Amino acid sequence: MNLENLIPIPELCSHYELEMSFFVNLSEMGLLQITTFETTAYIDLDSIYKIEKIIHLHQDLEVNIEGIDVVFNLLQKMDSLQKEVIALKNRLRLYES
Amino acid sequence: MAFIDYYKTLEVDKKATEAEIKKAYRKLARKYHPDLNPNDKEAERKFKELNEANEVLSHVENRKKYDEYGENWQHGEQFEKSQQQRHYQGNPQQGGFDSSSFSGEGDFSDFFESMFGGRSSSSGGRRNAQFKGQDFNAELQLDLKDIYTAHKRTLTINGKNIRITIPAGVENGQQIKISGLGGEGSANAPKGDLYITFSIENHTNFKLEKHNLYSSVDIDLYTAILGGEITADTFDGKVKLIVKPGTQNGTKVKLKGKGFPVYKKEGEFGDLYLTYQIQIPKNLSEKEKELFTELAKLRTS
Repeated sequence: MNLENLIPIPELCSHYELEMSFFVNLSEMGLLQITTFETTAYIDLDSIYKIEKIIHLHQDLEVNIEGIDVVFNLLQKMDSLQKEVIALKNRLRLYES
Repeated sequence: MAFIDYYKTLEVDKKATEAEIKKAYRKLARKYHPDLNPNDKEAERKFKELNEANEVLSHVENRKKYDEYGENWQHGEQFEKSQQQRHYQGNPQQGGFDSSSFSGEGDFSDFFESMFGGRSSSSGGRRNAQFKGQDFNAELQLDLKDIYTAHKRTLTINGKNIRITIPAGVENGQQIKISGLGGEGSANAPKGDLYITFSIENHTNFKLEKHNLYSSVDIDLYTAILGGEITADTFDGKVKLIVKPGTQNGTKVKLKGKGFPVYKKEGEFGDLYLTYQIQIPKNLSEKEKELFTELAKLRTS
């Protein structure tokens, strides 16, 4: 297994002063995928952006995990709406002089 | 440098208690937190202001100094001197937040710097620096002509020169991610990424929709009626076109593959749509009038 693209969760736990259970809960919630290799739990390098967002929401704003799930669904919707707005604005240029 | 009313920023009364200030800050932070407001510069600015206001109003010493000097803060030098011995330590219980996705995170205003001499306790009790390095955002303004072909550009991002290739056909508002060009992460963590958003301005006579270009071509009345050959501009050159006899005003012709390059699909182009605009002659001479009248008669009889 290639460990290069994985981050050991214990490292994140100590960095953010979080319990392992936090990550397990996220994984049970379907917000995060955990890979286990030789008893160590890892997350994918690419998911670090999402995880840091989750941690900020949790630590800074005291949003619980259910709340984070809701926030993520809304952010996803917002993202697709923002993209649509850009596409529409670009199309609108066709009709504006 | 202008005075900043931190009470106004946090939308609280000057007599607000510590608890009220904390509550107000938390409420506004939930609204303007950058993780909840992606690509929103206004929210980012607002969030920075909130953090600054909180940094001042939630710390007893800072608040006292601010209240005492308030709008006369420029005369606060003596106060400053007496305070220098007791260098301020931030209170880690009070939250200052971090903005995860923007460069220049947490800069405080000149007003703050002059009164409190720079950031007091780094980021005022932000719990932990990011694991992954900070992401940088940049906006690149380009002309439509620039992106017709792929080209290299040197950008200066946080004092570092980087050379990137801008692929042909990037779209206005499109964002590309360049991995690893953001800030340094902690120990074994990955570096942040650089996000570049393209802002494309169009100063040409062509309009762009997706990969297709649109433009209009003037043709004279006689060519429209009798047919003929014209030369029209394409985005990168000229093209000869045969105009059919009896061409109507507003007729559209499609020139396949003469549009804009398709992003990341080398050799693939959109189409060019030309709309014919027939020029009706004005200021007719007597002779012309006579002939047109004759033509009109021929049509009605």
